[in-house]
Amino acid sequence: MTTAAPASEDYEGIILAENATAEPTRRDFLYIATGAVGAVGVAAAVWPFINQMNPDASALALASTEVDIGALQPGDSLTVKWRGKPVVVRNRTQKEIDDAKAASLSDLKDPVARNANLQLDAPATDANRAAAGKENWFVMVNVCTHLGCIPLGQSGEYNGWFCPCHGSVYDTAGRIRSGPAPENMAVPVYSFLSDTKIKIG
Amino acid sequence: MSGPSSYQPQNAFLKWFEARLPIGGLIHSSFIVFPNPRNLNYWWTFGGILAFMLVAQIVTGVVLVMHYTPHTSLAFSSVEGIMRDVNYGWLLRYLHANGASMFFIAVYVHIFRGLYYGSYKAPREVLWILGMIIFLLMMATGFMGYVLPWGQMSFWGATVITNLFSAIPIVGETIVTWLWGGFSVDNPTLNRFFSLHYLLPFMIAGVVVLHIWALHIPGSNNPTGVSVKSSQDTLPFHPYFTVKDALGLVVFLIVYMWFVFYLPNFMGHPDNYTPANPLVTPAHIVPEWYFLPFYAILRSIPDKLGGVIAMFGAIAVLFVVPWLDTSKVRSANFRPLYRQFFWILVIVSIGLGYLGSRPAEGGYVIASRILTVYYFFHFLVILPLLGLFEKPKPLPASITESVLGKGAANVTAGAPAAPQSK
Amino acid sequence: MMKTLSEKIARFGLALSLSVASATLVAGPVSAAEEAVHETPHYPLVHPTQEPWSFAGVFGKFDTAQLQRGYQVYKEVCSACHSMNLMSFRNLGQPGGPHFSEAQVKALAATFQVQDGPNDAGDMFERPARPSDRFPSPFPNPEAAAASNNGKAPPDLSLMGKARAVERGFPWFVLDIFTQYQEGGPDYIHGLLTGYREPPEGVTVGPGLHYNVGFGSGPAIAMAPPLSDGQITYADGTPETVDQYSRDVAAFLMWTAEPHLDARKRIGFQVIIFLIIFAGLLYFAKKKIWAKVAH
Repeated sequence: MTTAAPASEDYEGIILAENATAEPTRRDFLYIATGAVGAVGVAAAVWPFINQMNPDASALALASTEVDIGALQPGDSLTVKWRGKPVVVRNRTQKEIDDAKAASLSDLKDPVARNANLQLDAPATDANRAAAGKENWFVMVNVCTHLGCIPLGQSGEYNGWFCPCHGSVYDTAGRIRSGPAPENMAVPVYSFLSDTKIKIG
Repeated sequence: MSGPSSYQPQNAFLKWFEARLPIGGLIHSSFIVFPNPRNLNYWWTFGGILAFMLVAQIVTGVVLVMHYTPHTSLAFSSVEGIMRDVNYGWLLRYLHANGASMFFIAVYVHIFRGLYYGSYKAPREVLWILGMIIFLLMMATGFMGYVLPWGQMSFWGATVITNLFSAIPIVGETIVTWLWGGFSVDNPTLNRFFSLHYLLPFMIAGVVVLHIWALHIPGSNNPTGVSVKSSQDTLPFHPYFTVKDALGLVVFLIVYMWFVFYLPNFMGHPDNYTPANPLVTPAHIVPEWYFLPFYAILRSIPDKLGGVIAMFGAIAVLFVVPWLDTSKVRSANFRPLYRQFFWILVIVSIGLGYLGSRPAEGGYVIASRILTVYYFFHFLVILPLLGLFEKPKPLPASITESVLGKGAANVTAGAPAAPQSK
Repeated sequence: MMKTLSEKIARFGLALSLSVASATLVAGPVSAAEEAVHETPHYPLVHPTQEPWSFAGVFGKFDTAQLQRGYQVYKEVCSACHSMNLMSFRNLGQPGGPHFSEAQVKALAATFQVQDGPNDAGDMFERPARPSDRFPSPFPNPEAAAASNNGKAPPDLSLMGKARAVERGFPWFVLDIFTQYQEGGPDYIHGLLTGYREPPEGVTVGPGLHYNVGFGSGPAIAMAPPLSDGQITYADGTPETVDQYSRDVAAFLMWTAEPHLDARKRIGFQVIIFLIIFAGLLYFAKKKIWAKVAH
């Protein structure tokens, strides 16, 4: 043996000592390459186990929902389920529209429209929140942006929405005015199929 | 699990931790420096392969449960939802279904390796019995897992196997009703099988820990069957056996993946792609292939209770093999007669497996009876008698001698081991 | 002493094996008689031929045009009686499938009516299908399906490509491991659809049944011959024969049974190549590590 024999049963140490004298580079490269290939294999094998938790094909293909709004009087609203969440359609009264328009952008906690039909950075004016060209119609995913509760309609300081869980107050355009919620409630993709029918999604 | 540890923690945190929970030392002594006989061949890599398969089955199974619904009206379609809609769901399910088959292939190789090299003999009897308990738990798990997709074979397999218990005199019918939770295999049955299918693998894992513990007391047997006599006979687990096990495992994985990607339904049965129908029995009921030898034994006895006893007896006899084998020599390499009987047993077992897949008619029944009788004859008659009459070949004095030839052992027992001869 | 003991044991063993043999002999004639009673011809009467499927083999892939034709056969013929309730219309646009465009899928879906509801009045109503809908069943329930079809409900076709196969037998099932033959389902479907014959002399077929040499459960099948030459007009000039229709619909049903087959074989090839390389590296690493050790 080239080195003094260690007292303990440390075979590994001896092997490594030998490695150091005999062709170290080729040998090390082989071990490193084998280890690296093994690591790549493990990483690749992990991906299916992560990706299976993402929404599956049937969830992604979920139907759009058609809603008949012909019977909705001014001041009333209805709720439909879309992608497992409540979407509220509100036929706003003139007063509600005026109240919403009166708020200036600087009064708003969240100045972005959060309207999936518009650009990401559109300002949160009432026109950008309500239906294009039909300002009495307002469609919104009725989920509080704080922690996901469902705010109550036609209530709160602004007669918009009030979240009973943690006290977030939204106005008649679904914009956050006070309370812990950080953002305006989201407006989903929707379109008018006719004057009395809208398609959400 | 191998006596006092020589583990030296590398930094202050590890030292602090080791003083409180010496798990580093446990791993170090069990899987790093643990001394293994230097002459282990590739049949010994199946222990590691089985540990891998258990983990793989648990991981894929836990993930499948995220998408599976254990209800008679939804089980079949939820499995198909996994196959069609879940991201990589088809891969996960095929990994799990074929994984069960590969698990059994590996366990059968492992058992027959033990039989060939006499690994069940003193002082490894408890190790062997723990292994047999694992085998039984695996069979229960595999059977219940096959029921979960709720196809035709799932349903009728469950019906036939649970009906085995009705052979028990007096209380049989009551037990079967109790197993079913009703008057036939139905939703309560599916639910309890699902619950137990999830539970049993963790029980297997527990027994595996005991199995490895019991292994690490005497250490591994080896192809000569001669016990380790000095540290010259052994090599540390790492890197020698880690790399050898890894190579064995990856070659095994190639076979496994060949089935998963190119023959995913080879081990299954087409009828299980038809939803369960309690009113129509498929023409030929066959269990999963890994039960076929026992199924053949069951059918070979033309009596209900007798068949059930024979089938369970075929497993029970394996438990007492350590006491049925009277030979003092472990390895079949030095037992010329036993070696031949061993290979006959292998062929008989495969033959029983083939017969189990055939319809129970004509010549198949006669052949099953002959092979069944031979199976028991091997364990109950040949094994005890051989030990008394067989003249074994001379054994090597030590493992090192068998590796290097006589006389060489004392001179250079291989460079790395040399320092050991103090 | 030892000698006599061994003789005794040997004699005992002989007696045991003799008694076992006689038991087998006694049992033998009984089972032979049973066999004579229960002996059944093996179905199908004609073993299906192995067709050259595009999706067979390690590099197998579905033929998009063939799947589109197969869908046409399903739509125009099979769907009148057979449901396909695990499939959604959106699947028709999937890569590795018939791969219709999004607009085509919408149009194809709209040719089916599905039930929806309840509406605000609490009534169920019919509407044209959307891509996310499942294929509707031609019958409201299995009982209705059976009642309209001579008492036999036409089976669901979603998994037909994997739910039927003719047993391979020894030694073929062993060879299949190496040739990875997995097309027993489509071969069977093709054999069945082209297996209608006039019953031979002396064979009587029950009422409502049709003699079919490709049927796996008996000499005759309840389904009337569904296809005839020229019945379906193909837009791409493919021969309009029963053989071709059968081939196309069998391929289509293999796809509905295994929609991710293309991806499976592609990923499988990468995985196997990777593992072979890894095994090679491990082999050399193992050799190096063990080089200085006699074993």
